[in-house]
Amino acid sequence: MTIVEIELCGIKMKNPTMLAAGILGSTAASLNWAARSGAGAVVTKSFGMNPNKGYANPTTVEVTGGVINAIGLSNPGVNNFKVELEKLNKSVPAIASLYGANPEEFSEIAARVEGLVDALELNVSCPHAMGGCGSAIGQDPNLTSEIVRSVKKMVKIPVFVKLTPNVTDIVEIARHAEKAGADALTMINSLGPGMRIDIETGNPILKNRFGGLSGPAVKPVAIRCVFDVFESVEVPIIGVGGIRDYKDVIEFLYAGASCVQIGTSIMYEGMEIFEKIVFGLERFMNEMDYETVEEMVGIAHK
Amino acid sequence: MHAPTVVKIKRITEESPTVKTFIFDWKVENEIPGNFMMLWNFNDEKPMSLSLVDPVKNEIGISIRNVGEFTDQVHKLNVGDKLGLRGPYGRGFHIAGSKILAVGGGIGMAPIVAFSEEASKIGIEVHVISAASTMNEVLFSDRIQRSGAKLLTCTDDGSQGFCGFGTDLAEKTLLENDYNMVVSCGPEIMMKKLFEMVERFKLPAQFSLERYMKCGMGLCGQCCVDDLGWRVCVEGPVFWTDELRMITEFGQYKRDASGVKHNL
Repeated sequence: MTIVEIELCGIKMKNPTMLAAGILGSTAASLNWAARSGAGAVVTKSFGMNPNKGYANPTTVEVTGGVINAIGLSNPGVNNFKVELEKLNKSVPAIASLYGANPEEFSEIAARVEGLVDALELNVSCPHAMGGCGSAIGQDPNLTSEIVRSVKKMVKIPVFVKLTPNVTDIVEIARHAEKAGADALTMINSLGPGMRIDIETGNPILKNRFGGLSGPAVKPVAIRCVFDVFESVEVPIIGVGGIRDYKDVIEFLYAGASCVQIGTSIMYEGMEIFEKIVFGLERFMNEMDYETVEEMVGIAHK
Repeated sequence: MHAPTVVKIKRITEESPTVKTFIFDWKVENEIPGNFMMLWNFNDEKPMSLSLVDPVKNEIGISIRNVGEFTDQVHKLNVGDKLGLRGPYGRGFHIAGSKILAVGGGIGMAPIVAFSEEASKIGIEVHVISAASTMNEVLFSDRIQRSGAKLLTCTDDGSQGFCGFGTDLAEKTLLENDYNMVVSCGPEIMMKKLFEMVERFKLPAQFSLERYMKCGMGLCGQCCVDDLGWRVCVEGPVFWTDELRMITEFGQYKRDASGVKHNL
């Protein structure tokens, strides 16, 4: 008997896939759509205190193996976002991705949405954020700790922390986040940042010049990050980076992730990706005689 | 790959005091009327509907009304100047039916002229309502007449053709004719009214929607519409009436670059 249901920090999920933050997810409509398409949980696009237009276009360009983006955390602000969260159909757990510039901002936003979601994911890892947000925080272990601590003090629901791979030692940051009270670690945010230059004109294509790399090309880096951190922390890891099919999910589980998030590959596969991946995973588990997803977590460490 | 191809402007046609068409050499493969391109002027990038798709000459065109900073920058360009194009994007118009009413309002005539040319070419009877504020702004009359489609012009001030809104002329035309398909692009208020009209007439119809877009490749979620979350850049921009019934924000509101809602 194959069971793909999992429990993460006390939250029951019908399967180990989630819509990753930043891909669709800025409205209840698109979050509900991902849920309807088979995602085991959904993560919102990151939002902050105030409406933010993000960068001008081009904000996204495809590269070999993925996409680089500098959307710049565009969002309608926490108060408008609350209206969206109220419209979630609650068919699967919802996780709010938050960003801010300091502990006060993070904990204030967290408090405002705590009653509307099942967990929070702190975005301290966006590689193209403005004004001291994003990876400016996640590259500093002490600032990361401070923010995690202040949010944990404020809310009772589980707090996930999304880490950037763009550091010398991700294990150090992971340990700090865990020590500060993180209930789970999501890794990795987009890689780089990277650039693409138009060779006809010499112009960097992205308006922001550089942006975070996501998609299949980042997967080996994500797998390595999950593998390294798994050996050093006790809290569950949510693996994300370049997942396109069920085999990628299995690699993440074997590396030590308890569940996974899927984002950029929606561009290649459409919203059907969740259903396809879960089906492939079930078939693989059946063939390999795994009864639960949990059995597969960390197998690469024996 | 979702990356701009830099091309030179081959021709520029002045369509009206405010509208220019920019024509490019382009290997036409999957491009159809109703598709859009992301147009990059090395400063900003915006979605623009194809107003010309010529698979014989391998040319495409986009028509731009000068309404703001970006469009003004593009309007200042000359033949030979470079622009970046990526696409085609979205789902275009499905050419179906034997007698079609095509209703375009303002710059919404851009995909309508391309549609009318293609549908007429394969032998479908097309009647085009070309609605504008005033006679100088009536777009693409020559192309529509040359295509063999029947042209019905309409101006708000009555300076050319029918005096009144495109929807008023549409109602009159729908009563006098037996169409089996309606297609439209234009101001959303106009399309909402036309949508209600075709529902009354029990006619299948396709409408091209516009929403704020960023990535154009179905990732950022900026153009998702309520309540089903469809992406205007992938599932749209052309929607059928049975789909529009499920787009609850149609004719009601749009979201801006930050995602804040604004009533129409």
